[in-house]
Amino acid sequence: MSVIVLKDVSKTYRVGAVDVPALRGIDLEIRSRCLTALAGPSGSGKTTLLNLIGCIDRADSGDLIVDGTRVGELSDDVLSDFRATHLGFIFQSFNLIPVLTAHENVEYPLRLTNMAAAQRRERVCAMLEAVGLTAYARRRPGQLSGGQQQRVAVARALAAAPRVILADEPTANLDSQTASSIIELMRRMQREHAVSIVICSHDPQVIGAADDKVFMRDGRVESVQRSAVTYMPGAEAI
Amino acid sequence: MTLALAVRNLARNRRRSLTTLAAIVVGAVAILLFGGYTRNIRYGLQMGFVRSSGHLQIQHKDYFLYGSGNPAGYGITNYRHVMDLVRHDPVLAPMLTVVTPTLQLGGIAGNFAAGVSRTVIATGSDIDGQNELRKWNDFGFEGTPGNLALTGTAPNAAVVGEGVARVLQLCEPLHIRSCPAPEGAATSASRSAGSGLPPDIAALADAEVPQKLQDSPGAQVPGTSQGIAPPSAVAGSPRIELLAATARGAPNVASLAVIEADTQAVKDLDDIYVALHLEQAQRLVYAGDPPQVTSIIVQLHHTAQIPAARARLEQLLRTTLEDQPLEVQDYETLNPTYGQTIGFFAAIFGFIAILIGVIVLFTVSNTMSMAVVERTPEIGTLRAIGVRRSGIRKMFMMEGILLGLAGSVLGIIVALVLAFLINHGGITWTPPGRTDAVPLTVRVWGEPKPMLGVAIALTLVTVVSSWVPSRRGARTNIVSALRHA
Repeated sequence: MSVIVLKDVSKTYRVGAVDVPALRGIDLEIRSRCLTALAGPSGSGKTTLLNLIGCIDRADSGDLIVDGTRVGELSDDVLSDFRATHLGFIFQSFNLIPVLTAHENVEYPLRLTNMAAAQRRERVCAMLEAVGLTAYARRRPGQLSGGQQQRVAVARALAAAPRVILADEPTANLDSQTASSIIELMRRMQREHAVSIVICSHDPQVIGAADDKVFMRDGRVESVQRSAVTYMPGAEAI
Repeated sequence: MTLALAVRNLARNRRRSLTTLAAIVVGAVAILLFGGYTRNIRYGLQMGFVRSSGHLQIQHKDYFLYGSGNPAGYGITNYRHVMDLVRHDPVLAPMLTVVTPTLQLGGIAGNFAAGVSRTVIATGSDIDGQNELRKWNDFGFEGTPGNLALTGTAPNAAVVGEGVARVLQLCEPLHIRSCPAPEGAATSASRSAGSGLPPDIAALADAEVPQKLQDSPGAQVPGTSQGIAPPSAVAGSPRIELLAATARGAPNVASLAVIEADTQAVKDLDDIYVALHLEQAQRLVYAGDPPQVTSIIVQLHHTAQIPAARARLEQLLRTTLEDQPLEVQDYETLNPTYGQTIGFFAAIFGFIAILIGVIVLFTVSNTMSMAVVERTPEIGTLRAIGVRRSGIRKMFMMEGILLGLAGSVLGIIVALVLAFLINHGGITWTPPGRTDAVPLTVRVWGEPKPMLGVAIALTLVTVVSSWVPSRRGARTNIVSALRHA
């Protein structure tokens, strides 16, 4: 079952007077409850593809269906609400809000869903516990290590129980040991919460850990490698 | 969360936030202090005019435009009836403090002993009424003015402007400093009282005295050069003769005892000013005819009552007093200087306020623009996780509003402290329309409207100045924002 479907999706950037095609007629289906890696050399279009799937950029042509919703036709506000409820993001530079504590950072997406305060608190505590940062809840990002910040980012991405999590080079700013632990965490969370994760990465560790591997080159999907997925017993969408 | 985020983001860049805050505080302080200063001038001017000419005056129709110095043509007949009607009117009575008559006339004042004379405008007043007028203090100014120099004096007593005294060579007997006699002026020894009155004037005065005596039986008739003894209250005072035309066009003369020279703020007025008792002025102008006045001064408890009082007076003039061609003038019309001075200060205040507003606008706008640029990746992140454009806009607007509110509140506090220090610092100055130095006062405390106005205005300025950067931040492309280094 596909959580994301792309049909003949194209995207061209205009750099000065030159049109630079980033994606050329992408046809792709991303399976639900899988960890999918978008791999390829720089300029292959993997980040652009991730941005389109994450609904933070719009395709020039083609159809993009995310969790059953044709997102290309949504207004900016509706798309914002869609992102808040259906998608989670993990960034290369963690992108936590520096003036908020770890707890508040994780809580922020929940505020956008109008969840009750008590429920929110419970949810945030559970997520911080899941990523092993309960003791750091009151710390601000500047008081956390890179790995801890990325763990907070993972907790934040999962907080609102999205169907899809999009991660752009999540291990690029981490040392290999920390990167491994983050990959392991993401893998575990993906299985425990039965969420679909799409990772854009150069990191062989990440690509190796993925269920499905999408190789891209020059704005096209070069190949897709899918492996058999065994869902964890008891895993369910949050 | 938006509020907490705004507070924390402001605290994040303390120096910049404090600099912006300081600009708003300085702006608020400048506006409030200058506003308090101009307000004090306005109140002072208003008080001065209301104390001398009341809030409203009932005059003969067109007296204001054409009748100045012509009491014969523009006098109010049966003025006591008009005053009684006003005083006892059930609508007006609760608003009134004083209703008093005044008579203004033009004439020639001469010190014939020194062989000098000049044209003057003399004002005859009911001194008790004038003293009551001077008690008006709706704005809580410190100190109360003393009674007029004419209080309790003989009916022929007069006060002249220093300019009049100078021209009439009365400086020495009136003990006026810095008032040198012109070269070739007669010495005091040669200006003995009663000497040198020209025969024609003496004859005129001689002819008028019996009539005056008949007109005002029992009154203390003013002395003339023909030897009617001056009352003891003004014995030893220098004397002048005031020549004026009676209502019938005949010349008349009053011999006045000048008891004091009162410096007027405006030299043109100082050079023509003569104040005397109303009865004296009436005898001079109306001789044996029924006395009239040129104005009935109406003073109210509060300036804000003018519209209501005026409406009622005009109603009375149209109905009960319709047989007399009367009209009502307010103090602003009667004293154009008031409006001009207020307008002048209002223009300066407006200019300063706009200047400060623009400075605050650009300072806050610059601060918010820098904040938006610095936090572009944060904007991208928030937008990516689902914050709407309006949410981003709200976040930055909130920071601007907080700066505006905090700056305004701090500005008000600082202005109150500075105003207190200025008001108690013993600084004095001579305001327009006055001759004596008064304490420099800035009215900030007890004036909630200006304080609220400044707070609202500056907060609005910060809202406006935050709007453009906030909008720009909200419209930032998410992908570009996330890529922003």
